[in-house]
Amino acid sequence: MRNTIGKVAVVATSVALLAACSSGTTEETTSPEASASETAAAGIDATGLSLTVWVDENRQPAVEAAAASFEEETGATVELVQKNFDDLRSDFLSQVPTGEGPDITIGAHDWLGAFVTDGVVNTVDLGANASSFSQVAVDAVTYDGQIYGMPYSTEAIALIQNTDLVGEDAPATWDDMIQAGLDSGADRPFCINTAGETGDGYTMYPLQTSFGAPVFVQEGGSYTSEVGMGGEAGEAFAQWLSDNGEKGEGYLSTTIDYATNNELFNSGKCAYTIQGPWALGDFADVNFKVNPVPSAGGETAAPFVGVQTFYVSSQSENALLANEFLTNYIATPEAMQALYDADPRLPAYEGVDTSSAAFPEAIEGFQASADQGVPMPSIPEMGSVWDYWNAAESKIIKGADPVKTWNKMITDLTAALEG
Amino acid sequence: MSTDTAAQAPAPHKEAHARNWKGLGWGFIVKLLLMMVVNAFGVAAIMSAWNARAWVILGVLVLFLVAADWVYFSRRLLPLKYVYPGLVFLLIFQVFAMGYTAYVATTNYGAGHNGSKQQAVDAALIQAEREVSGSATYPLAVVRDGETLGFAIGDDGAVMVGTEDQPLEETGGTLDDSGRPTAVDGWEIVPRGDLLSDQALAKQVTDLRVPVSDDANEGSLRTREGSTAKIYRSSMVWDPDADTLTDTDSGVVYSPNDRGTFVGDDGSSLPTGWYVSVGFENFTKAVTDPNYAKPLLRITAWTFAFAFLTVATSFLLGLFFALIFNDDRVRGQKTLRTLFILPYTFISFLTALVWRGMLNAEFGIINDWFFFGADIDWLGDPWLARLSVIMVNLWLGYPYWFLICTGALQSLSSETLEAAKIDGAGRWRQFRSITFPLLLVSTAPLAIASFAFNFNNFNIIFMLTDGGPNFDDTSIPLGATDLLITAIYQISGVQGGRADYGLASALSIVVFVVVGIVSALAFRQTKKLEEI
Repeated sequence: MRNTIGKVAVVATSVALLAACSSGTTEETTSPEASASETAAAGIDATGLSLTVWVDENRQPAVEAAAASFEEETGATVELVQKNFDDLRSDFLSQVPTGEGPDITIGAHDWLGAFVTDGVVNTVDLGANASSFSQVAVDAVTYDGQIYGMPYSTEAIALIQNTDLVGEDAPATWDDMIQAGLDSGADRPFCINTAGETGDGYTMYPLQTSFGAPVFVQEGGSYTSEVGMGGEAGEAFAQWLSDNGEKGEGYLSTTIDYATNNELFNSGKCAYTIQGPWALGDFADVNFKVNPVPSAGGETAAPFVGVQTFYVSSQSENALLANEFLTNYIATPEAMQALYDADPRLPAYEGVDTSSAAFPEAIEGFQASADQGVPMPSIPEMGSVWDYWNAAESKIIKGADPVKTWNKMITDLTAALEG
Repeated sequence: MSTDTAAQAPAPHKEAHARNWKGLGWGFIVKLLLMMVVNAFGVAAIMSAWNARAWVILGVLVLFLVAADWVYFSRRLLPLKYVYPGLVFLLIFQVFAMGYTAYVATTNYGAGHNGSKQQAVDAALIQAEREVSGSATYPLAVVRDGETLGFAIGDDGAVMVGTEDQPLEETGGTLDDSGRPTAVDGWEIVPRGDLLSDQALAKQVTDLRVPVSDDANEGSLRTREGSTAKIYRSSMVWDPDADTLTDTDSGVVYSPNDRGTFVGDDGSSLPTGWYVSVGFENFTKAVTDPNYAKPLLRITAWTFAFAFLTVATSFLLGLFFALIFNDDRVRGQKTLRTLFILPYTFISFLTALVWRGMLNAEFGIINDWFFFGADIDWLGDPWLARLSVIMVNLWLGYPYWFLICTGALQSLSSETLEAAKIDGAGRWRQFRSITFPLLLVSTAPLAIASFAFNFNNFNIIFMLTDGGPNFDDTSIPLGATDLLITAIYQISGVQGGRADYGLASALSIVVFVVVGIVSALAFRQTKKLEEI
C-alpha cells in the first residue's frame, strides 16, 4: 500500500514542502504549560525531562492533544518530531542504534519484524485497558509471542461501488460483479490500481487470497517464512490474472495507476474499484458504497489488514516515562477518540465513536472488509517480497505466460529469502 | 588589513592601502563582527555536541573553530584566509562522506546487523523475557532502604516486598483502596513523582527484577511505568565475562562469531546481530555472485549508453537550435529563446512524473495526439522504455545546451569567421572547421560534467520507469532502464526495510571509480582541443 502510493506521497510532500517552506516547521515543541500548583497536586514534577515522539503529519494534532495533558500532569516535555510516514521506518532503524532515535515512534505493524531483528524496539504492556484493544490489532503487534506496540488504528482495502450505476448490494462473486458492471453501461465494469507498470500485489491481494494462495504460510495465526503462494492455487490465480489481463478480458490493465484509477471511478467510468479509506477524498463526485471484496477463486477474499501502532525504542533513556505516556495517556478512550478524529481509519480500540468521520458509513464497509482480512505479515522477509511479486503480476497482466512467470517468481523469491 | 605583498609593491602615486592603514579600520571591525558570529555559532555547536556526548564531533568542531580564529587573526596566512571556508566544506561534505562510505563498504552494516554488540545483547534479552501467562497485574509501590531498591505489591490484601536478591515475602504495612501499599514496615516508599523526574532512578526501576520465589523458574516482578507490576520470566542469561548468552530453557550457549552474530552450539543463531568488518567481501560479492554480476553488467552497459546518448542528443539538439536562433534574421529572438529555456526551469522529477502520465499506453496524450490513439506501450517494452527515457531526458536537457551554446556562439570572434569567408569557405565548412571546434573548447568540460551527472541520474529513472520493465531472465528484480545508481538503491533494500548498506556502499564506490576514470580520460582529451 505504501509502496503503491509511495511516489504520489513523495511528490505530494515535496510540493507541500516547497509550497510551505515559510510555514513548515519540521520540529514542533510543545512547551510545558504546567503550573507549579498543578504539578504539586499530582505530586509529580518531571520538569526537565523530555520525551521525543516521532509522528507523521496526520497524527500530529491527536498526539499533541494527548501530550498536552501528560505535560500538564507530569511537567515533562513531549517533543513531537514530524516526519514523512515513509521515512519513519528507515530513520528509526538507523537512528535508534546511534542513540539519536526517539523514545517513541508511530509506525505500521508490518515494520515490526525488521525492528525486532535489528533490535530497535522494546516490548510494551497494554496496561489496564488491554482488553479494549481489538484482537486483530493486538495480534498484529505481537511478534514471536510478545507485544511490541500499542495499536491505535487498523486499515484495509475494500470494494467501492458506484451506487448510481450498480446499486448498493454487495456482489457475491467476481463474475456477478463484472456482469453487474457490464449491465450498468459504464465504460469499464471494474478498475483496479496496478501502480502502472510496477504492479501492486497489495491491492490485488484479496483476489489472490480468494484462490487460497497466501503470500506466506500461516501457522497458528503467525506467519512462517515459507512462501505460500506457489503450487496449484498460485498458478490458478496467475491464470486468472492473465485471463482478465490486457491480452484477455482487459479488466486488469497496467495503464491504471493510483491517480488514474481514482479519476476513472470518480468520473463514473468505472462501476467498481478496490481502494482503501485513504482514497475516499478522491471520490467527491460520485455516490458510493463500501463492501467487502467479492471472491474470484471461490474462497474468502481476504485483504491485508494493516495496523498503526506506537513503538517504544529499545535504547530509550526514558523508558519509564515513555511507558507511562503510552499506558496512561494514549491507551485511554479520550486519546483514542482524538486519534480517530484526527485521522479516521478503523479504530483499534473499543468504544471509539466513529460518527465523526467524513464517511461514517464507508467506515462500516471497511470494517466489514477488515473483518474478513488477514494481518499483513510483519516478518522481515515480507520486505523482500514486494519487488518480485509486483513485477510478476504486472508481467502476467501484460500478457506474459502466467504459470511460467509466476513459478519463476516463486523460485527467485524463495532463493532471495534463503540467500 | 595589512598584506605583505602590498607592502613590497613599488609605491605608486597614491599610497598603498597597507601603508594607509592606521590601526583598526572598518575592515577590521567587519571582520571582528563576522568572526564573533562564527565563534558564537561554533561555541553553540560545541556546547550541544557536549550535551549529546558526541566527542568526535566535539573534537572536530573545536579544531575547526580554533583553526578559523587562528587563520583570520593571524597576519601571515593570507592564502588560507581565502581557502579556509572551502577547505572546511571540502572536508565535511566530500572527504568525510567518502571516508565514511568506504568504511561502511567494509562492514556488513544492514538489516540484522544494525547496531553495536551490546545492543544485540540488549535485544536478545528483551526478546527472551516473556510475561508469565496468566500473571495478574499487581498495584506497585517502589520502596527503598538506603541504597537498596525494592518492589512492594499488594496481593490479596497482604503487603509483599522484595529486592533483586531477596524474593518476595509478606511483611507488615498498609494498603489503600486500590490495593497499592501506602506504608511498608522497614521500607521507605519512593514517591511516584521522584520516579518520573529522576532519569537515573527510573532506569534502575525499569531494570529491577524482583524474584517471586526462591525458584527462579517462577519468574520475577517487573514494572514498565512504575505503578503496576507483572511477573515475567527470562530464558536468556548474559555472561559478560564468558561473552556468551545462554538459553536456560534449552541449555544452548550462544557465542559471538566473526560475522557479528550469536551462534548457538546447536548451530542455530539469534536474529539480532551487530555490524563488524568484513573486509572486501562486499566488493567481491558484487562482481562474483552470478545473481548480481550478470544483470549489473547489462545495467553498466545501459548506464554508459544512457549517459552518452543523453549528452550527445541534447548537446546536438541544443546546438542546432542555438545556431538557428543565433541568426539575426530570426525575428523575436529573445522571446523564442526564453520559451526554449522553459523545460530547464521545471523540477526534473515532477517533469518525469508528468511524462509518465503522458506516455501511458491507454490514457496518455502522446498516443492519443500523435499516434491516432494506438496503444503503443512506451514504458512497458524494454527498448521503447529506453527510448522514452532518452527522449524525456532530451526534452529536459537540450535547453541547457541551447543556453550554453548560444553563449559560446556569441563569444566567438567574428574576425576568424570573416577570414574564413574571405578564404572562400562555405557555411558548412565554416561550421565544421571554425565554429564547432572553437565551441568545443568551452563546452567539452561541461559535457563531461553532464555525462557524470547523467551517469547517476536517479530522479528521471526512478520517477519515469522505476527501472522497469523488469528483466525476464535474472533472479533479482532489476529492469531494462535501471541505471547503476537505481540498481544500487534497489539492492540496498532501503525501501523494503531489508537494507544492505555495506553492499550498497561498495557498489557506490565502484561507480565513483568508474565515473572518475571516465572523467579523467575525457578531460585529458579536452586538453588537445585547447591547442587549436
